[in-house]
Amino acid sequence: MMDTGHKRIFKVVGTRPPRPDGIDKVTGRAQYGADVSAPGMLTGRILRSPHAHAEIVSIDTSAAEALPGVKAVVTSKDFVFQDDDFFRDVQENCMATAKALYDGHAVAAVAAVSPEVAKAALKLIKVTYKQLPHVTDVDLAMRPDAPVVQDGRSLETVPAGMSANVTHHSEFGHGDLASGFAKADVIVERSFTTAATHQGYIEPHACLAAMNADGRADLWCCTQGQYNVRTLCAALLGLEASQLRVTASEIGGGFGGKTTVFIEPVALALSRKSGKPVKIVMTRDEVFKATGPTVTSSIDVKIGMTRDGRITAGEAHLRYSGGAFPSGTVDMGGQAAFAAYDLAAVRTFGWNALTNRPKEAAYRAPGAPQAIYAVESVIDELCQNLNLDPLDTRLKNAAKKGTLSSYGPTFDDIGLIATLEAAKKHPHYTAPLAAGVGRGLSAGFWFNFGGNTCVTMNINTDGTVSVTEGNPDIGGSRASISMMAAEELGVPYDKIRTIIADTASLGHNDVTDGSRVTFAVGLATIKAAQDAIAKMCARAAKLWGIDAEAVEWVDGAAVPAGPNAGKFPPMSLAEIAAVSFQTGGPIAGHHEFHADGAGVSFGVHLCDVAVDRETGATKVLRYTVFQDAGRAVHPAYVEGQMQGGAVQGIGWALNEEYIYGADGRLQNAGFLDYRVPVASDLPPIDTVILEIPNPGHPYGVRGVGETPIVPPLAALSNAVSRAVGVRMQSLPMSPPRILAAVMAHDAKV
Amino acid sequence: MKSIHISTKVNGDAMEFVCAPDESLLDVLRNRLGLTGAKEGCGTGDCGACSVTLNGRLVCACLVLGAEVDGAEIGTVEGIATDGVLHPLQQAFIDHAALQCGICTPGILVAAKSLLDRNPDPTDTELRYWLAGNLCRCTGYDKIIAAVQDAAQKMRAA
Repeated sequence: MMDTGHKRIFKVVGTRPPRPDGIDKVTGRAQYGADVSAPGMLTGRILRSPHAHAEIVSIDTSAAEALPGVKAVVTSKDFVFQDDDFFRDVQENCMATAKALYDGHAVAAVAAVSPEVAKAALKLIKVTYKQLPHVTDVDLAMRPDAPVVQDGRSLETVPAGMSANVTHHSEFGHGDLASGFAKADVIVERSFTTAATHQGYIEPHACLAAMNADGRADLWCCTQGQYNVRTLCAALLGLEASQLRVTASEIGGGFGGKTTVFIEPVALALSRKSGKPVKIVMTRDEVFKATGPTVTSSIDVKIGMTRDGRITAGEAHLRYSGGAFPSGTVDMGGQAAFAAYDLAAVRTFGWNALTNRPKEAAYRAPGAPQAIYAVESVIDELCQNLNLDPLDTRLKNAAKKGTLSSYGPTFDDIGLIATLEAAKKHPHYTAPLAAGVGRGLSAGFWFNFGGNTCVTMNINTDGTVSVTEGNPDIGGSRASISMMAAEELGVPYDKIRTIIADTASLGHNDVTDGSRVTFAVGLATIKAAQDAIAKMCARAAKLWGIDAEAVEWVDGAAVPAGPNAGKFPPMSLAEIAAVSFQTGGPIAGHHEFHADGAGVSFGVHLCDVAVDRETGATKVLRYTVFQDAGRAVHPAYVEGQMQGGAVQGIGWALNEEYIYGADGRLQNAGFLDYRVPVASDLPPIDTVILEIPNPGHPYGVRGVGETPIVPPLAALSNAVSRAVGVRMQSLPMSPPRILAAVMAHDAKV
Repeated sequence: MKSIHISTKVNGDAMEFVCAPDESLLDVLRNRLGLTGAKEGCGTGDCGACSVTLNGRLVCACLVLGAEVDGAEIGTVEGIATDGVLHPLQQAFIDHAALQCGICTPGILVAAKSLLDRNPDPTDTELRYWLAGNLCRCTGYDKIIAAVQDAAQKMRAA
């Protein structure tokens, strides 16, 4: 049972204090993945396949090993064979064994005394390839005659007779589609495609590994989860968890893309072989070619609606490819597709197919933006056809408390209706539109996760508090965790210092993903504070000579609980801490658990765009984000998530895509050609935070990080479609695509 | 290749180093001088994370050779605060939550300071175009623009 803290008056939560790591990060002092060195350190570099799909016939490393200054060369033979599919896929992605599965797939690595020697050594490794036919398009990969990327990977959910590339099938929903569609006055059925995009964190993957002859190892790396890095690296190298200490550096962006390993096991293997510390830093080209893009997708959506705007049935067929390895991301797409709506008949059918692309890594709400883009596009077209207001129509169908969701659970308190109403009331929605300007909107949804979490809180004798948590601070979480500790303990924010532990110093914490940190680590922090408070109350009780139960904690101090407990002046945290060595020793709070009850999150985005019909270029003129945060612990960082997610979504909608040539090679592996939004592309991003408390958190906190990337795809597509008078069905809506759509339309008129 | 001996000034301090003829100024700063504030996001001049000033001019340190800076004056993020006091831009970035992960922040601070040194009162549009060479993937730039404008206003009032 959660306590009923929702109506409490907060003193710290909801304010905007400076982040504790702020000065380090504005002075250049903060140490990121590539910023540390070790005495005697070697440079590691990785040789990558130039082919989209090729059998590795042989690898001859002798000439590289003979080059002066080369201290180690490793191939897949230097890793432990994995029985488990999941670990084997991670390992295979770090270092290919029998086949190179995509352009950029690692095949060997060297460690040398300098970057120059390492680079020269790579050229001396002789890999004999036998090129194989390749496939990079998801629809082509599903054809029975498609080149097979990996055989024998299909789950039993996949019907017989399909291409071996089809690894996974899933269905979600309820109700009877046929009778639902029979009740519709209008049915729209459309097909959509979305391109694979990259998380685009500015910091390339980097690590420094040092393994001793006795098998003990230290690893420093930029990651969203040091414990997961430990689990994966320990398995791939055959180490015990306690022997490998992983320290997370400051992290220069991740967005889901730093939730797995790429170079870390390789650096450890090189260090083991050379007996020296090895640092590997990826180039930007390597980041694009060999780390986490999203799935690429092809989606069909069919929705029926009555004349007055009630959805009678919704159906979606989702075909995703997570690259060269099996992926279940389509499940999240299928579950999220219609989650915003209260529907009697809804069903989604999901498929994953292998392609010769890099292994998908998570990217903010993985799987949801694509599916919701397709659904929200069709709803917009229905609104246009029936001359309905798009916000009223969504309000009419919106999921609320008690709705049986399209993916199974019945919703508890959710904020969708409040969010839609906030959008309707906002001046943006009623502002007049200039000629040629289109306004689009979309709802969006994300589940949010909780997960395994562990926090320790030490009460220092000078009255300050040290919080130890295990999730890298990717956007201000040290601040929000410190705030929740201060709130619960009743002490000022600046008395708290939150640090992020290495894997040897605190119990397991799941990866920083699923928008879980402020929710789950915050909850563990609150519980650890309550644990410390109970101990401090007991210490006060001891001094006062009364029962511990007769003491309560009010405004940062122990006080007698009621007149019967006796009359004693309040004893503050600092006063109790100062005498702790005389009352039983140091005081610490601790909490470890699996956090459940992460509340789902909804958002609505509204945008105005102008499209140049001569060039196909789109200018975003105005953009407003509405989102339910449950409780905004640090509102400025909540706004930052909403703005940053929106802009990543704008990039996805308008520009960003993995472009493959006929040879299966990635053609735009750099920021010049893979164009992410820059400051001059964008208007201000306005934000409206709604606070519909999550019943699963004592302060009402919901995760906020992922939902904001979901609505922009359809919001932009709907705005562009309305601006140019053509329904856009493919992302990104780059200028050539819009121009082609406009010219095709104009030719018909 | 024979190393080259270079004498230069970084953040006002005289420094000497030897470097390979093809070694970038960014590698020199980070690996030889221990100044890791400038970051390598791309190595091709596309992201701006390595922005520094060279004789007052804003450059990407990854596109300059170490060998080119003999006798030059280089400014990096490590030199923006003076005597332990944050520059108004640095304080504004903290106050406005203008950084999330912080990896682009050193480059953006150097670039923004370079703009305000020339134009103490830029419009939002001028600011957005000036910073168009500095990628930020976390913030959507909104709070960065607000922070720079707030700092500019405070600097004008000072």
